[in-house]
Amino acid sequence: MSTNTVRVVATLNEKGLDYELVPVDLRTGAHKQPSFLALNPFGQIPVLDDGDIVLFESRAISRYIASEYKETGPDLLRSGGGSAETAALEVWLEVESQQFGPPIADLVFELSIKPLLGGTTDPAVVEKQAEKLGKVLDVYEERLSKNKYLAGDHYTLADLHHMPYTFYLMATPQAKLVTSRPSVLAWWHDISARPAWKKTAASIPI
Amino acid sequence: MGVKVYGPTMSTCTARVLLCLEEMGAEYELVPVNLSIGEHKQPAHLARNPFGQVPAFEDGALMLHESRAIARYVLRKYKISGADLLKEGSLEESAMVDVWLEVEAHQFDPAIAPIFFQIFILPMIGGVPDQTVIDTNLEKLCKVLDIYEARLCKTKYLAGDFFSLADLSHVPLLHYFMGTPHASVVYSRPHVKAWWEAVSSRPACKKVTSVMPGSA
Repeated sequence: MSTNTVRVVATLNEKGLDYELVPVDLRTGAHKQPSFLALNPFGQIPVLDDGDIVLFESRAISRYIASEYKETGPDLLRSGGGSAETAALEVWLEVESQQFGPPIADLVFELSIKPLLGGTTDPAVVEKQAEKLGKVLDVYEERLSKNKYLAGDHYTLADLHHMPYTFYLMATPQAKLVTSRPSVLAWWHDISARPAWKKTAASIPI
Repeated sequence: MGVKVYGPTMSTCTARVLLCLEEMGAEYELVPVNLSIGEHKQPAHLARNPFGQVPAFEDGALMLHESRAIARYVLRKYKISGADLLKEGSLEESAMVDVWLEVEAHQFDPAIAPIFFQIFILPMIGGVPDQTVIDTNLEKLCKVLDIYEARLCKTKYLAGDFFSLADLSHVPLLHYFMGTPHASVVYSRPHVKAWWEAVSSRPACKKVTSVMPGSA
């Protein structure tokens, strides 16, 4: 399961929803075939087919699931919340997308994915991206020292979006980026202990 | 007390927020932030945006950063008096807005931003544009624009037949890009060209881009 697919599966599991996982074998180029491009013209996974609607881009899919099923399970978009909490939720969704995502994706690729594809980890890339991610996590440390979760008092989609890549990072030597920051570590312990996440993590093949 | 946007007018991300405010007919104060003297890395600005970037946004006690998050906040706040650019009343329409917002952020922006950096920013900081970087990213951008062309054959705007934040979010970087010789990659794709002409001729877009350098 790709990290971005995990993002969607994690949301479905938080909502306690049933779904069918249709494998797309990237190694055979299934994602670049016309039948798949008809679903996602960018030729990437995941894709959500919800009957009348087909969606791509994992963050749009997870937001759709959280909206459609807002009455079911935890309120991941805080639809009943005050505007300050909702505004903070949107900020930290974007922080994940724009600040956290790029360096951690490069790090996880270099450390975990590249070797699986027969490549060699480049220590210079690891050092550079680890430094970038460290500076980003300093901001998280400050935020999480004052708030239990990123948007405030409640677990939201903003926390969830961080989980797939963090899960992968914690299995590498760069886990120290998290373990050396007490508030970030406490947050990770809390959110990764959620039953829905444990179900998701059990299905990730690492 | 009105809302405040902190950032320079030439900043693409600051422009994204101003475009939303203008589309909604909202009053706001633009507080300049001088990047050339490192004002964005000083404690006063870091208190507003802990990543030391522009823009930051203030509405009373609320301080926000990340332009696309600020955009959503502005569009929700002023929705009653302004247009509906998020379509949150419709699950399907808002989902399409969200898909194409993600496309802007994760497919379009990574291809066009390096070109913008090479042509507009590097020379300002004493560097020389690297044509290889420009060419590589132009190739990526053309593949993205081919997908946009196919999409815009079917719908008038990216999320559907309605103008939305998904379209608006493209304006700042495209505005700069269309002032370069590489604008031909847009002009050669008839539906992308028509879409750009429709979007960029909106009064809010003309007002905001008129104070950005490189305007026609």
